[in-house]
Amino acid sequence: MSDEVVTSHKTPVLEMRDVSKRFPTGTLASDAIDLDLGEREIHALLGENGAGKSTLMNILYGLVEPDSGEIRIDGATVTIQGPADAIARGIGMVHQHFMLVPVLSVAENVVLGQEITRGGQILDLGAAERRIHDLAERLGFKIDPHARVDQLSLGQQQRVEILKAIYRGARILVLDEPTAVLTPQETREIFGVLRRLREDGTSIIFISHKLDEVLEIADRITVIRRGKVVGSRKPAETNESELAELMVGRAVSLRVDRGQSRPGEVVLEIAGLRATDDRRREVCRGVDLTVRAGEIVGIAGVGGNGQDELVECIVGMRKPIGGTIGIAGRDLTHLNVDARRDLGIAYVPADRQRFGLVLPFRLPDNFVLTRYAEAPYAAGFGGFVRQDRPIREEASRLVKEFDVRTPSVDVTAATLSGGNQQKVVVAREFRHDLKVLIIDQPTRGLDVGSVEFIHKQVIERRNAGVAVLLVSAELDEVLDLSDRVLVMFRGQIVGSFAAAEAQREKVGLLMATGQARA
Amino acid sequence: MKDWRARLAPTWSKASVPVYSIVLAFAVAAVVVIVSSAFTETGFDPLLPFAAYARLLAGSFGSGNAIANTLVSAAPLMFGGLAVGLGLKAGLFNIGVAGQFLVGAFAAAVAGASFATAPTIVGMPLAMLAGALAGGAYGFIPGYLKARTGAHEVVTTIMLNNAAALLLTWAVNDLVRAPGFSFPRTADIGQSALPILAGRNLHLGIVFAVAAIFVIRWILDRTVLGFEIRTVGTNPNAARYAGMRPIFITALTMTISGLLAGLAGAIQMLGVIGFYAPGITASVGFDSIAVALLGRSDPIGILFAALLFGAFRAGAPLMQIETSVPIEVIDIIQALVILFLAADLIVRKVFRVRAPKVEITEMATVTGSWGTGTPPPGSAR
Repeated sequence: MSDEVVTSHKTPVLEMRDVSKRFPTGTLASDAIDLDLGEREIHALLGENGAGKSTLMNILYGLVEPDSGEIRIDGATVTIQGPADAIARGIGMVHQHFMLVPVLSVAENVVLGQEITRGGQILDLGAAERRIHDLAERLGFKIDPHARVDQLSLGQQQRVEILKAIYRGARILVLDEPTAVLTPQETREIFGVLRRLREDGTSIIFISHKLDEVLEIADRITVIRRGKVVGSRKPAETNESELAELMVGRAVSLRVDRGQSRPGEVVLEIAGLRATDDRRREVCRGVDLTVRAGEIVGIAGVGGNGQDELVECIVGMRKPIGGTIGIAGRDLTHLNVDARRDLGIAYVPADRQRFGLVLPFRLPDNFVLTRYAEAPYAAGFGGFVRQDRPIREEASRLVKEFDVRTPSVDVTAATLSGGNQQKVVVAREFRHDLKVLIIDQPTRGLDVGSVEFIHKQVIERRNAGVAVLLVSAELDEVLDLSDRVLVMFRGQIVGSFAAAEAQREKVGLLMATGQARA
Repeated sequence: MKDWRARLAPTWSKASVPVYSIVLAFAVAAVVVIVSSAFTETGFDPLLPFAAYARLLAGSFGSGNAIANTLVSAAPLMFGGLAVGLGLKAGLFNIGVAGQFLVGAFAAAVAGASFATAPTIVGMPLAMLAGALAGGAYGFIPGYLKARTGAHEVVTTIMLNNAAALLLTWAVNDLVRAPGFSFPRTADIGQSALPILAGRNLHLGIVFAVAAIFVIRWILDRTVLGFEIRTVGTNPNAARYAGMRPIFITALTMTISGLLAGLAGAIQMLGVIGFYAPGITASVGFDSIAVALLGRSDPIGILFAALLFGAFRAGAPLMQIETSVPIEVIDIIQALVILFLAADLIVRKVFRVRAPKVEITEMATVTGSWGTGTPPPGSAR
């Protein structure tokens, strides 16, 4: 029953009533949404990408002005004109992308904008550091207030964000997809912090699309679909399938059926690969791996352990400083991106907006972005003139085949939702003459429906004999999809498991510490 | 009725802010004219702007001669506007059109003079070619520096503008000074001049300029090279991912941009000036930036923007003579147009522009050129 609503028995500290927002593009991002948050409650907002979760929270934080509806705090109606207003009313927000100044210390970041001063103008960092230290202790974690933020792990940076919000007196804390960048261990730790905060009297809105996490941490789960609240549940009274169905509006299979793999010859062979990152630090320190035809090899690892650089070396966007890369016995260490693609490498990059798409371009141009100079998309004057008709035909074909939800092919890629943008990239890269498929974070930020679709496509390619190398920060994704799991830690492969032996805990520990035993 | 409206909608959504900016610039300049009229001997005259603008219009489009003047002024701006606009499409702000213009003009003058007695059909194309190649070579320098070392083109082209002016002064003084004149200048171009098509001064260069508009439009919209330029300019990371070579595209675009600027110099030299002397005006260089921005880097937009700025130049003298409103008012209007384009929020508020904001990448390139330190696309890692 989607209209049954579980209400909190505690006094609501926050109520949003009948909040609506229509964007100039016509999208109704929030359609008369009612939401309340009890004192000492962790209330999870669950929904697909583009369902309206973030819009609702941006309204709460004063970043978006609602068309109608009201917000009440402790029963009193308030208007929130901007983040400063929100902070003054005790609302804190931890964004998905952290808003920290990397070169400043933890203490400096936390007090930024609310500095403790002596004699008017002199910054009293000492006092700030003591307060931050105490605050962290109360929340049950340790953090060095002197440490520079860019030297912290993502998990620690997130704690700095939480500290910052609490330091500013937040009683209502909004966390937007807080676990997207964390390892399983870090996720568990952050859950501990959230529980401690709750005991301490903070009310928390937890935005996520991860079903298991929401069931674990939340006191109450509200599901949003297409700008509407479609249901509200207590974790004890529901399960993953029901939540997924509420979210997507139809039954979805949460675990892909991988079937039997039939690995053939070794296709992709990497030996002793060494590479540096943009700051010239060596982040790949001798990587050896092979991928066979008809096999999915997954690389698990916390982000920033050299996976991105490894992948960029394979596709030719980064020059390795040592080692070799070969495809079916052919050395391609010194070939450029184009030549490698001609040998049958396709690549779905981790950051679709930065690499995979040109957002202001229309869909046809994006659908042929990696093949723009090939026949039949270019012909005449030695392949100099672009051919509109084949380009558009290809775009229409792929839109249909990959079920890209778009009013027409003549819109820009920027207007599509994240899931549909990813489908454009995937559709383009999953061509038929494929030998090696490199997919980096193929489903980052996608909802369960799109994830299901893309996973099925990957498995279909594997069954057709493609060698697939999967990199994902999402451990579950690696475990679900891979026939073989490799763990990457500090630039090296530190473990290799057959699918059957890859247990979550074992792999997670290896990801976090590089060692099989802590 | 509805049909053509729907068809014009995308064009209008791009053109509305520039058009409104022009309207607003005229309005604000009118206030300046009215206020300043109080301090002149004519006395306070609230109707003065109408008289002035009427003369401006008469001077630019009022007669065959006026139209010819407008076209002659517009032609180098079309080339210059294309030079800046093409660069902006690739994410490059070529502020060096002034220098490339001078180099092109000089090369055309020298080549033209050496073919002064040859038939026009031989000398004129060779002089044009010399101007184009010289401008292209001068554009290649900052392009190469950016691609190889990451040196920002705004800095290098500003430097090269000064370098061009000084080098050419030296060259005219010491290398190619024509005998028999009281001041340093190159020899007459004679038969190499662009043929006059009609009237006193309507020369063939205008045809070249309009042709260039459509050639560049075709390259940008329809060719692989144009797609590469636009991709590099919009998202250099995606360009690298797609297998393009942003370094190469950057250097090539800068070279083509310089070539167009060189052609602007060449037609001005072969169609209007006739000889190179130190201190010849290179205001085309900076007006070109305004033309490109007003035209939103779109070749057709640049065509209209160049005509407008050409009309300003052609009509201003008549305005000054007949209403004693000084020519400098034109500079005020031009400056205001660019101001309103950059601060388009003002225009949107005043005219209640509803159309969703079209991301103006070119403006971002221009404003981003000042101190944000955008890494060069695809610079060596």
